Amino acid sequence: MDINLTIIGQSVAFAIFVWFCHRYVWPLFANVLEERKRTIADGLEAAAQAERKLETASRESAQQLDEAKSSAAGIIDQANRRANQIVDEAKQQAQVEAERIMTAAQAEIEQEANRAREELRAQVSVIAIAGAEKILGREVDQAANEEMLSQLAAEL
Amino acid sequence: MAEAGAESQTVQEYIVHHLSYLTYGRHPDGHWGLAHTPEEAAEMGFMAIHVDTMGWSIALGAAFLLWFRRVGLRASADNPGPIQNFVESVFEFVDNRVTEGFSHKNSLIAPLALTVFVWVLLMNAMDLVPVDWITGIAALIGEHVFGFDHMPFKIVPTTDPNITMGLSLSIFVLIIFYSIKHKGLGGFFGELAFHPFGKWMMPFNLMIEIPTLLAKPISLGLRLFGNLYAGELLFLLIAGLLGLYQLPAHFVWAVFHILVVPLQAFVFMMLTIVYLNAAHEAAH
Repeated sequence: MDINLTIIGQSVAFAIFVWFCHRYVWPLFANVLEERKRTIADGLEAAAQAERKLETASRESAQQLDEAKSSAAGIIDQANRRANQIVDEAKQQAQVEAERIMTAAQAEIEQEANRAREELRAQVSVIAIAGAEKILGREVDQAANEEMLSQLAAEL
Repeated sequence: MAEAGAESQTVQEYIVHHLSYLTYGRHPDGHWGLAHTPEEAAEMGFMAIHVDTMGWSIALGAAFLLWFRRVGLRASADNPGPIQNFVESVFEFVDNRVTEGFSHKNSLIAPLALTVFVWVLLMNAMDLVPVDWITGIAALIGEHVFGFDHMPFKIVPTTDPNITMGLSLSIFVLIIFYSIKHKGLGGFFGELAFHPFGKWMMPFNLMIEIPTLLAKPISLGLRLFGNLYAGELLFLLIAGLLGLYQLPAHFVWAVFHILVVPLQAFVFMMLTIVYLNAAHEAAH
């Protein structure tokens, strides 16, 4: 085997190549792969985060829906109660009004009847005298029969 | 595929030609220049450099790193193109091996593993280029431009032990460096001297542990060299001996070699990671 300066030349070339690779080649690819790894990791992390957010959001929306349902039920309940109350009040008012009207009507009727009676009473002596005159064929002295006539009117 | 010189060369000459390096170095008389014959190259001894394997090695390493850097600069995290996907899959493959095999904190190990893996893979893959294409063209240029008879031109850097041992010895230096850094000089020595038999058997322990330590870089470098050298030699034998019947044989051996090429690159990288991981382990 002829060992000569080539072995030294090769060693020097080797040292330079390793230095060059270490300094100018390896970092380029290490960075690219690192960057890609980071991008993928970020993407996966973002996906996981989105999933978590979705979960939270759906839980929140379910909760809000529940709340809305219960509050709607409450509102309906309240409205129903209020409606019943209004109806009750209206019934009560109507009854009161009806009673009032009835009372008023009764009072009026009574008044009317009284008035009619009074009128009749006022006219009874005249009618009685006129009737008696017809029967007797003569004039009757009203003054003479005043006592009897007012007694008759009072009986009516 | 031996058409370039089959008539004028014997098979032996053909194979020797293909296993020789284009060598630039100091001639015995002191002047520097290309070696024109294997004998001239041998005379240069240590003060020589293999222009072909060294050149291919640097060219492939630089091409790989500059290309990766270009892709890296244009890389986007959201919208990777097919080329970026390919480079990223190589990157992730190496990164995963490092994560599995290296359990300490050292930002140099992963780029080191990537460099080792892709660089060795590319150098090994040169073995799949038919043996005479580039070598043949280079030989023609050598003949007409530089006045060579048969200019050698090896294109598979990992069939040169200088290249593989250059890698493995650099890794050995890192093993020693990190061992001393993390275990301390005493801890590192203790590992060699007090295991496996306790301190009273220290010479015996050292006799076991030092060869074990030295075997790491040697086996690492020679395993890669041996596999690729053997593969290349078989391609040469097929090309030199089989004549026209070489084509199916080349195909079969190339298919087999497609497995060997990445496997050896992978083994080299894994052992690098494992050795350096052991170097970071605190003394037990």
